[in-house]
Amino acid sequence: MGFEVLLKGNNALRLLMGLGVALRISLISAVISIALGTVFGVLMTLKKPAITAFFRIYLETVRIMPQMVLLFIVYFGATKARGINLTAETAALIVFSFWGSAEMADLVRGALQGIPKIQYESSTSLGLSTMQTDRYVIGPQIIRRMIPLSINLITRMIKTTSLVMMIGIVEVLKVGQQIIEANRKVSPNAAFGIFLVIFLLYFAACWPISLLAKYLERKWEN
Amino acid sequence: MDVDMRPILEVKNISKRYDDITVFENLNLQVKKGEVLVIVGPSGCGKSTLLRCLNALEPIQEGEIILDGEAIRPGSREVNKLREKVGMVFQSYDLFPHMTVLQNVMLAPIKVKKRDKKEVREEALALLDRVGLLSKKDQFPRQLSGGQKQRVAIVRALMMHPEVLLLDEITAALDPEMVQEVLEVVLSLAKEGRTMLIVTHEMQFARAVADRMIFIDGGHIVEEGTPEEFFEHPKTERLSSFLAKMRF
Ligand SMILES: Nc1ncnc2c1ncn2[C@@H]1O[C@H](COP(=O)(O)OP(=O)(O)OP(=O)(O)O)[C@@H](O)[C@H]1O
Ligand SMILES: [Mg+2]
Repeated sequence: MGFEVLLKGNNALRLLMGLGVALRISLISAVISIALGTVFGVLMTLKKPAITAFFRIYLETVRIMPQMVLLFIVYFGATKARGINLTAETAALIVFSFWGSAEMADLVRGALQGIPKIQYESSTSLGLSTMQTDRYVIGPQIIRRMIPLSINLITRMIKTTSLVMMIGIVEVLKVGQQIIEANRKVSPNAAFGIFLVIFLLYFAACWPISLLAKYLERKWEN
Repeated sequence: MDVDMRPILEVKNISKRYDDITVFENLNLQVKKGEVLVIVGPSGCGKSTLLRCLNALEPIQEGEIILDGEAIRPGSREVNKLREKVGMVFQSYDLFPHMTVLQNVMLAPIKVKKRDKKEVREEALALLDRVGLLSKKDQFPRQLSGGQKQRVAIVRALMMHPEVLLLDEITAALDPEMVQEVLEVVLSLAKEGRTMLIVTHEMQFARAVADRMIFIDGGHIVEEGTPEEFFEHPKTERLSSFLAKMRF
């Protein structure tokens, strides 16, 4: 089956460290995306034509462009064509944050616009100021809507990190390929075992997160 | 019903327009302390808009609204202070969905009036008990029926000790079997001398609760009077035909 190659040398450790790279890239990008995306999302609800137009172009770009193309543009475009010295990981962080912030912005905008007007009005008519209304009435509702959605975004980021090996980052999938390559002669079946282990690693990383999202969603549904 | 002579609320010559439509023009109205005023009129005549203007949720283009001697102006600095004196319950359920019943009714007194939490809690429990919802105090709005939600919304408004309570078709979205429980709460508030402006399509209830009725149509108060005069001897053709439709 090929599991024996896992025990050779430090192969198992290398795979875990590869997963670590994937998780690091996705978590840092997620934090940046959530912060920037929240700001962008609020800006989008302001209904200023220039801002709206800007974000429409931004969102469409992100939607149309495959993430891989974005990675190539940023990494090879910046390093080779313009001579800017970007590490592959920085390029990956830029692309993932660029993508994640757009997704997050759209989620925040949706959540904000999904709050019924009457929630603002009943709060104001109780005498709460605009700031108090945002803090005690609207904010908590937005956060409850956003948390499960942001968590889903994180799991999608983790999955998408498998693309970063295309710009030379050695994450879990790349480590797997390297191990398979190195053992081609001695264990020709290693591929199955290694990919199964990688599958289990992704599963172990994403499943608890997605359970948490489901749990919070159920807890806060209204 | 102890109705003294001082008007608590005065509406002087107000006009309300949205872009090209005029909802009402030069409308005048006085409400005395302790009075229950029921407003009726065809759909779209501006009943909700009038209540919303009284609560400064909508700006008015002309005229003045004076509550307890002070003018209500949207956007002015004192407007929140004045809003504390006007409680409003809307047709659609508007409880804060992320808070329990108790948190819903305690929020404003604690955050706006900075009152002592323990004291507010005691008052809240007493009021919830009065409307029969003490056992629901820790439930979330989604766990309540429509009638229960509206009773909580009434308690939430009462917790601010408003001078005037505005009720905009608070039973219109309810299943018929829940209407009565809400109307009974309103009737008991009327008995204890609350000043209320009530918009409703429940004519039986209007008659039972009102000290005075007004009929709005075409941007004007077409007719007003005691429930007796209003229902038994309408003076205008417009009111007669409106009432005939409502009875039907
Ligand atoms: N935000 C708004 N913008 C433009 N027109 C509005 C707005 N709100 C209300 N109107 C118009 O003002 C008029 C009065 O509306 P309002 O909701 O006050 O009527 P209503 O008497 O409460 O009717 P109903 O019995 O159906 O509740 C209607 O013609 C309505 O279309
Ligand atoms: Mg209305």
